[in-house]
Amino acid sequence: MARVLVGVKRVIDYAVKIRVKPDKTGVVTDGVKHSMNPFDEIAVEEAVRMKEKKLASEIIAVSCGPTQAQDVIRTALAMGVDKGIHVEVSGAEYETLQPIHVSKILAKLTEKEKADMIIVGKQAIDDDSNQTAQMTAAALDWPQATFASKIENGDKEITVTREVDGGLETIKCKLPAVISADLRLNEPRYATLPNIMKAKKKPITKMTPKDLGVDVSPRITVVSVEDPPVRQAGAILPDVDALVGKLKEGGHI
Amino acid sequence: MFSNCSRQLTSQFSNHLKRLQSTLIIAEHDNKGLNPITQNALTAAKKIGGEISVLVAGTKCGPAAEALAKANGLSKILIAESDAFNGFTAESLTPLIISTQKQFNYTHIIAGASAFGKALLPRVAAKLDVSPVSDVIGIKSPDTFVRSIYAGNAIQTMKANDPIKIISVRGTSFEADKLEGGSAKTETVPTDGCATDMTVFVGQQLSKSDRPELTSAKVVVSGGRGLKSGDNFKLLYDLADKLNAAVGASRAAVDAGFVPNDLQVGQTGKIVAPDLYIAVGISGAIQHLAGMKDSKTIVAINKDPEAPIFQVADYGLVADLFKAVPELTSKLS
Repeated sequence: MARVLVGVKRVIDYAVKIRVKPDKTGVVTDGVKHSMNPFDEIAVEEAVRMKEKKLASEIIAVSCGPTQAQDVIRTALAMGVDKGIHVEVSGAEYETLQPIHVSKILAKLTEKEKADMIIVGKQAIDDDSNQTAQMTAAALDWPQATFASKIENGDKEITVTREVDGGLETIKCKLPAVISADLRLNEPRYATLPNIMKAKKKPITKMTPKDLGVDVSPRITVVSVEDPPVRQAGAILPDVDALVGKLKEGGHI
Repeated sequence: MFSNCSRQLTSQFSNHLKRLQSTLIIAEHDNKGLNPITQNALTAAKKIGGEISVLVAGTKCGPAAEALAKANGLSKILIAESDAFNGFTAESLTPLIISTQKQFNYTHIIAGASAFGKALLPRVAAKLDVSPVSDVIGIKSPDTFVRSIYAGNAIQTMKANDPIKIISVRGTSFEADKLEGGSAKTETVPTDGCATDMTVFVGQQLSKSDRPELTSAKVVVSGGRGLKSGDNFKLLYDLADKLNAAVGASRAAVDAGFVPNDLQVGQTGKIVAPDLYIAVGISGAIQHLAGMKDSKTIVAINKDPEAPIFQVADYGLVADLFKAVPELTSKLS
């Protein structure tokens, strides 16, 4: 049975309309609703389902970030994860924390925890990088199953259906392996109140990148963060004829 | 002895040339032809300046290499043909790119930000201990790139400090290179050590369509939850046929099973920027807008006048799509 590590990130809630800071250094995060990255919820759900099917023995949720990152670890624990690890990174270091750093942290923890499967979301909806799974797999020299929409567990391998540009593709990966979850992998469960209460008793270990020997010095400099160009207000047309007229005018037909 | 000699020469040369840029483009193809996003990546590489090489790896590289040989401004096309690259797995291609990088010392490695490029480049970057830059929409200088974050709601300009820049580029943000006027020479690169049993490609289930490909179509007609069923998408196919358009969908339409996932337009689906985008029965959630708001002209047909899609639409029609779409289709003939 696999020991599964899941990576969870605390991000601004997907429904929030973000605001760029006036000094163009980033986006406003203070006082803004945060929650678990939607793709990570799917990763957690998949791990929990593996445990329910007796394919996984223990699930460990990891989050790298400031103190509040513990909130998303608690959410994962309430969904059925066994224990949490909070790798504390805050302030300026968190501003420039990138998938390269997170992947090194995950790789170290994987060795430490003797995990043999890692599931993370395919991308975080804040930086939209889509890199962590691939980089973690490389760091461990494990196979990678990215953009997974279906996972079938074998004894020594997994068969994964991937969402690719033209449709779907199927691959077989030897275990241990790293998986990145796509939206259609599953429908995450809601944590029930009793489970949220139980989750408060589950352990969260705290450590720092330094404890793991991971250097988080910045690889990028953010030059600016700005609002995207605003589209000019359009017109509401009275009927289909008016629309046909506009399309002709624009040379579309 | 000779090889030692040439190695010394190479290192002396590279010291002299180290300020110059040299880019390796990883070509995307399907063993039958070149994927057009490679042409967009080529334009991006030309913006960086310096020498440009292209690596074509696969079980059959001929067709893609022939297409690329016509491109101007290429110094070399590297060919790596082997059964090891069946299914273009990241696990087999990464050692190839690493050994090519070791041989030629590129300053930049580029691919299109497609499912292929997104799966491959971060693995390569990690092996080189480099922080990759995803889905670049602008190149300000050889080390300064522009990309969108938060589903396209903020634009980040960032300077990559690692010595090798590994970037995936958004196809719709760079013109396609015309692949004309060139005659690049080809060279074979060794593929030893690329075969792996870590990941084995089993097969594909690709959606077949006679319509233009979604990400490069000039016109896209997309449907959302408002279509109510997969059968009703026929209304959009009829309209799309009149306009020679590709058909796309919102996540709601894909999740409801109306259409396959590869039609999804949005933050986590495809990014499109056609001349004309017609959104039918799509409310316009942040995640959908991320995939289409760079379209030149946006038309929205929705019965809800409050739908956020109208805030980005150039032309809005507040109407029942089941009446408006057939009427539009008939008036286009």
